[in-house]
Amino acid sequence: MTTTENLNKINATEIISAGTSEGGQELQLRADMSVKAVLRESGAVLRMSESQVASLADTQSEDQTMIINMGPQHPSTHGVLRLMLELKGETVLRCKPVIGYLHTGMEKTGESLTYMQGGTNVTRMDYASPLNNELVFSMATEKLLGIDGDIPERAVWIRMMLSELNRISSHLLFMATNGMDIGAVSMMLYGFREREEVLRFFQKVTGLRMNHNFIRPGGVAADLPAGWRDDVLGLLDALPERLAEYEILMTGQPIWRERLQGVGVITRDEAIALSATGPILRSTGLAWDLRRDLPYLRYEEVEFDVIVGSYGDAFDRYSIRLNEIRESMRIVRQILDRMPQGDYRIQDKKVTPPPRGRIDESMEALIHHFKIFTEGFKVPEGEAYVAIESPRGEIGCYIASDGSSTPYRMHVRAPSFVNIQSMPLMMHGGLIADAVAVISSVDPVLGEVDR
Amino acid sequence: MTQPAGLAADDVRFVAKTDYIKTLTALRSEGFEMCADLTAVDFLTHPGRPLDAEVASRITLERFELVVNLLSLSQRRRCRLRVQISESDTSIDSAFDIYPGTEAMEREVYDMFGITFTGHPDLTRILMPEDWIGFPLRKDYSQGNIPVQFKGAAS
Repeated sequence: MTTTENLNKINATEIISAGTSEGGQELQLRADMSVKAVLRESGAVLRMSESQVASLADTQSEDQTMIINMGPQHPSTHGVLRLMLELKGETVLRCKPVIGYLHTGMEKTGESLTYMQGGTNVTRMDYASPLNNELVFSMATEKLLGIDGDIPERAVWIRMMLSELNRISSHLLFMATNGMDIGAVSMMLYGFREREEVLRFFQKVTGLRMNHNFIRPGGVAADLPAGWRDDVLGLLDALPERLAEYEILMTGQPIWRERLQGVGVITRDEAIALSATGPILRSTGLAWDLRRDLPYLRYEEVEFDVIVGSYGDAFDRYSIRLNEIRESMRIVRQILDRMPQGDYRIQDKKVTPPPRGRIDESMEALIHHFKIFTEGFKVPEGEAYVAIESPRGEIGCYIASDGSSTPYRMHVRAPSFVNIQSMPLMMHGGLIADAVAVISSVDPVLGEVDR
Repeated sequence: MTQPAGLAADDVRFVAKTDYIKTLTALRSEGFEMCADLTAVDFLTHPGRPLDAEVASRITLERFELVVNLLSLSQRRRCRLRVQISESDTSIDSAFDIYPGTEAMEREVYDMFGITFTGHPDLTRILMPEDWIGFPLRKDYSQGNIPVQFKGAAS
């Protein structure tokens, strides 16, 4: 068998003798690189104009610059992000994110979980917006099953409501961490306090604060609990006042503006070239939001504005997220008015387990229930890519199916993973103190970066 | 039509490996400004895939398949390229010069599948440690049977 042959090839001594340096992944000293390599890194990866590259060509001598490590265990790197920075004094010349410290092989794990279990896996990737991960995975599965048009209306609107509330909770978390990174520590307390209110609602609906596995192929796991409408209304009524407090605490405050305005600037062309999406792309003035431009669920039936910035700096990204909370609240209010009655999951015997009550009276229902939860359901051969707008940008799910009940290959296009690429560009030429503001404004979730 | 109407709605194009860069350049000028996603699939244990007759006549299925999802912001549409890469020659030209955003994605594909990208500025492992042996997302990578590789620890 090929697997055992491979095993034999890898013996323990080879592994130990393979050396312990991570060498190539790290930022290299200029002295160790050819001039061409430095230029390519500076010009291509940092995406500078030719004149800027030329000014770098008379390379800084090594004794004037130093390479320092920031992270992986730095409180403001949002997890285990490690940045290697080349500094000249306090100015950042080069930056290289080194990632992988949280890599747990979730895409590989996804290949051994059935489509029914897959949600528990993907929901742990972007742990700040788990419902969006589940949604994109479910939509990709439904597309392969060919039932994407048959999802009951109520399930679709429940999905939309949860997705928007999740956007609110995720952006509130950003407000908290961004405040803490910049030095507004009281903002951290406020942000977490408000987020907790949203998570309390999630707990009531799904049973869990995070990692819900609530949105599943075919619909959602359960109907909304009694009194959900009052809870949502309570949230929507409480938030505007709190957001107004944030404005007083941060937006209008000179220190806050000084720290963020003009920091981490990126232009529209650079953002598109680097495949950056979400608030980073919108901060450059380009109104690109998948909810409006490539609508899914029922987003074309609700009214909302796409918030854009004009300078592409960290302040724009902060205010975009603050105002997106308001837009999401606007969407949720419309959903409250329009929430239809009916089934919360598709009545397709193939993907939907029988209701609990039927299991007690029918042997077939018990077998059916058992089969779906152990063996799973078979998904026709094919491949599909579905993308939706998560709070951090385009989250996509690519599934290749071989006709069995587990995905042959499950890939998640993680917005944070791609957005991190724009950090070196945003940091170039800035102060090291602003590096923290840049990391914070990209709002990466390392669980999703490393998967 | 509110939700994507099944698989037929997707614009999927099979591209020969030799035409890969040429096709990307053409699509870029056609209005696909962004490379949204780049990944690969190892079809070792599932070699046959459903193909149109037209595609089957000009494309030979190989073990690896590079999947590139392009996005046109101006025309609001997507396009997916599928490129076959054989087991004997796992190298392909890098898309870095056309879509610089593929830098990290190509590194991930190299890290997980061992597909090398010619012309990539910094082709190193990105998620796994630098000294890792094997490519985890290949189908013949024996999951759970390999001694856990800890660095600097006595075994």
